[in-house]
Amino acid sequence: MALQAIAFYLMAAVTLASGLAVVSAKNPVHSVLFLIASFFSSAGLFVLLGAEFLAMLLVVVYVGAVAVLFLFVVMMLDVDFAQLRQGFARYMPLGGLIAGGLAIEMIVVSYTVATHGAARLNDTPMAMGKGAPLGMSNAEAIGRVLYTQYVYFFQAAGMVLLVAMIGAIVLTLRHKPGVKRQVIMDQVLRTPKTGMRMVSPKPGEGIDA
Amino acid sequence: MDFWTTPIGWLLWTVGQILLVTVPLLLIIAFLIYGDRKIFAGVQMRKGPNVVGPFGVLQSFADLGKFLIKELIVPAGADKFVFLLAPLISVTLALGSWAAMPLAPGWVISNINVGILYLFAVSSLGVYGIIMGGWASNSKYPFLGALRSAAQMVSYEVSIGFVIITVILLAGTMNLTSIVEKQAGGFWNWNILGGAGLHNLPLAIVMIPMGVIFFISGLAETNRPPFDLPEAESELVAGYAIEYGSTPYLLFYLAEFSNITLMSGLMAVLFLGGWQAPWPTHYLDGLWGTGWSWLASLHGFIMLAIKTFFVFFMNAMVRSVVPRYRYDQLMRLGWKVFLPTSLVAVVLVAGWRVYGGIG
Repeated sequence: MALQAIAFYLMAAVTLASGLAVVSAKNPVHSVLFLIASFFSSAGLFVLLGAEFLAMLLVVVYVGAVAVLFLFVVMMLDVDFAQLRQGFARYMPLGGLIAGGLAIEMIVVSYTVATHGAARLNDTPMAMGKGAPLGMSNAEAIGRVLYTQYVYFFQAAGMVLLVAMIGAIVLTLRHKPGVKRQVIMDQVLRTPKTGMRMVSPKPGEGIDA
Repeated sequence: MDFWTTPIGWLLWTVGQILLVTVPLLLIIAFLIYGDRKIFAGVQMRKGPNVVGPFGVLQSFADLGKFLIKELIVPAGADKFVFLLAPLISVTLALGSWAAMPLAPGWVISNINVGILYLFAVSSLGVYGIIMGGWASNSKYPFLGALRSAAQMVSYEVSIGFVIITVILLAGTMNLTSIVEKQAGGFWNWNILGGAGLHNLPLAIVMIPMGVIFFISGLAETNRPPFDLPEAESELVAGYAIEYGSTPYLLFYLAEFSNITLMSGLMAVLFLGGWQAPWPTHYLDGLWGTGWSWLASLHGFIMLAIKTFFVFFMNAMVRSVVPRYRYDQLMRLGWKVFLPTSLVAVVLVAGWRVYGGIG
């Protein structure tokens, strides 16, 4: 359909252009904003592929959470970009090598899939999706594969994230002695009996504490 | 119908649908803002807006005119492009999220399979308008407001996500229209009582707190009092919106109220049966397929509107009654109370779905 083609080229162009802008923008905050635009239009490309569940996950996880924290950190940092740019010529060959390697990988994969189809067709999630009864939504297809065939990998990925989270907390947690903290439970359990003392001082005399 | 399947026809058809939802929505929002101010005033024993039009009902339109004709000021040192982009992003996302909202039987612009995820995703993007606005203003108070809102909205999204998962588990689908259809037949089938009538009634113990958590997280997500820390007047003047005036401020304001209305509507759709009446509606069955089916749709729309206004009223009451949270208390509530509670609820609902028989 013509509309789909227009949508594809529009979103692909936005993805590429904003990807380029991420590395070329002078202001780091602008870089992150372009990164978000790039994520967002990639999500649009997923929708065009019929993978609406993945598209929404991309938006929720990357755009809605990860990129917010990115932006948060970049806005707080005072990055001196002139200093960063000094190393540009020095790191250029290495960067070019990595980019070239990635490009070759992608070309090889696309070519192979286009001519020979995906490897080990029966194992791949896409094949499960194809073999699934018609009308099964792709959320259901992914769920079936993820929680049956790949359940150990899924659990392992969860464990890795858990360990990373615990590590981050351990690294930043400091117990300072002598800090008064609010104990909500104590406040909730306080009653007039424990919180107040009724006294009747005589005139001319104070209360000794 | 041939013309409507061509690209141009499709475009016209879709734009028409969008206008058909957006224009009444904006009108309703105008009156909701008036209602919000009247409720706020009523609680404080004031009169509230009462000058423009009878009982002041046209106050919002007067405000609109005032905002539109004011001068647009961009502060010196502001990042002009991002400064002006921020309110546009806010309002686009706020209005765009209505695309997946089922308004009545058959009345939805885009009936997508992952509708609930779409709404969740778009509402999680709403934070960008605020962060970008606060940062681009190049001023201390807006920046503090932006940072606060970033942390706050990301925190409360987590618990909203888990609450939404409990509803998805109950309904077995992520399509909002199907979620509403499964709650048909009376209030005992609503998700807040566990869905599926008496059989799932034990789940009400889990789902009623989930409804409450969703309501409160919705307040935090839309930066409403008692969680209005990004724009806390007594601390940050007006938070992220200080440097804004004129139309950009109007857009922020509009986006905020559109989001509040959406959250109220979402509460109605997810927990209170959406466009289903609280009683069995067999009297409408005969209308389907005849020329009168719009009457049944209108019936549904009115039901949804009543529920949405009810939740909005609760929202306004909370705003006028509850004092603002302190920032650490806000974080504690989100991470130490709502997150564990909703996580346990997900496990309980999933367990019930597997071992508690059909649902």
